Amino acid sequence: MLERRIQAEHLHLWRGERHVLAGIDLEVGAGEMLQVTGANGSGKTTLLRTLCGLMRLEDGRVLWSGRNVYEDLPAFHSQVVYLGHEPPLKADLTARENLHYWVGIRRSLSAADITAALTRVGAGAWGDQPVRTLSAGQKRRVALAGVILFDAPLWLLDEPATNLDGAGQQLVGSLIDGQLAAAGVVIAAVHQELPVRSAPRRLELSAA
Amino acid sequence: MSTSALQAAWLILARDLRLAVRRRGQFVQPLAFFAIVTTLFPLSISPELARLREIASGVLWVAALLAALLALEFLFRDDARDGTLEQYALSGQSLTWLVFAKTTAHWLLTGVPLALMAPLAGLSLGVPYAALAGIIAPIALGTLVLSLIGAIGAALTLGVRRSGVLLTLLTLPLAMPVLIFGAQATDLAIRGASFAAPLYLLSAMAVLGVTLAPLAASAAVRISLE
Repeated sequence: MLERRIQAEHLHLWRGERHVLAGIDLEVGAGEMLQVTGANGSGKTTLLRTLCGLMRLEDGRVLWSGRNVYEDLPAFHSQVVYLGHEPPLKADLTARENLHYWVGIRRSLSAADITAALTRVGAGAWGDQPVRTLSAGQKRRVALAGVILFDAPLWLLDEPATNLDGAGQQLVGSLIDGQLAAAGVVIAAVHQELPVRSAPRRLELSAA
Repeated sequence: MSTSALQAAWLILARDLRLAVRRRGQFVQPLAFFAIVTTLFPLSISPELARLREIASGVLWVAALLAALLALEFLFRDDARDGTLEQYALSGQSLTWLVFAKTTAHWLLTGVPLALMAPLAGLSLGVPYAALAGIIAPIALGTLVLSLIGAIGAALTLGVRRSGVLLTLLTLPLAMPVLIFGAQATDLAIRGASFAAPLYLLSAMAVLGVTLAPLAASAAVRISLE
């Protein structure tokens, strides 16, 4: 099996006149977590989107398992799950249907897989309700069920605990603990410390 | 087990069709528009069928073209808003296939219903029964080409707020060949002549569109996500 390690070397990215990412270096290996902090607009989301290849760098490179990810983006993407701050759910579909279509594009799922994931995030009771009837925190839990279902070694999470209650925060912490225990890699942009067992590494971004 | 590109495309098609069933209003709009426009002509010109028959092909095609353009805005918009498009781009699947699936779903939801409704409008404009095939087939093919061309425009204008007018301006010039040959096919059918030649040309455009448009649209989607 390939070594699980994401490395970024002097990432530079401009948005118009703003130098959003100014020479960022990072390295996160198997079983490690990196918490990216920084004020609003300091480029946390941009960093995550750059790491997963949605945004093209002006300079620098991103390596996964020692290989430049831009050389084979589809292969890299099959190793990554990215969760943005908006849960990618359709209001008119039920939680279960949403997961079926969202995650199903990557890997085949059985109904039992989806039930297990929904139960894991405490969403078992409203898995068959249209997402439009769910609260923001409930939607977030469904999105987290999607993250587990992808079963990917690298998690890129943009403020995964937004809108969650105390129990929900704990849930995010324990999901991340589980991922780290399975030798996964987690990079999360956060405002508040996530309740994870192992002390995470930190990267502070300063506003450009 | 990982999903194959074809399975993924099928899932997207199924998802879009299911969403359309849950949210019918959006897809009834272009059809209602088409029905309204085509019924206004007899009211405003003359109820004389002989005169209406003269202009029927033009009326049907202009109305179908505008209705198809009206529906284009919805093609990627909702998926772009809630981050679904982002997830498609990160799915590890070929985005071209996924965009093709979305475009096909769009055609099934707008083009095919238009092609099925057009004969009714045609009858009210004095088109003889024998010529109805000359309405259904060209409009079905023509709207397929329009959906494919429109997908490029819709993807290019994703980053633009209130993109409707810009999208129309971008797509309309490229849609002219469809209008010209489509209207000609219908006109020939109404006159009782063979409409095979313009239909072949429309088919050729459809083949070209199926091959190239998803490539261009998926590239445009990627740019919009940056």
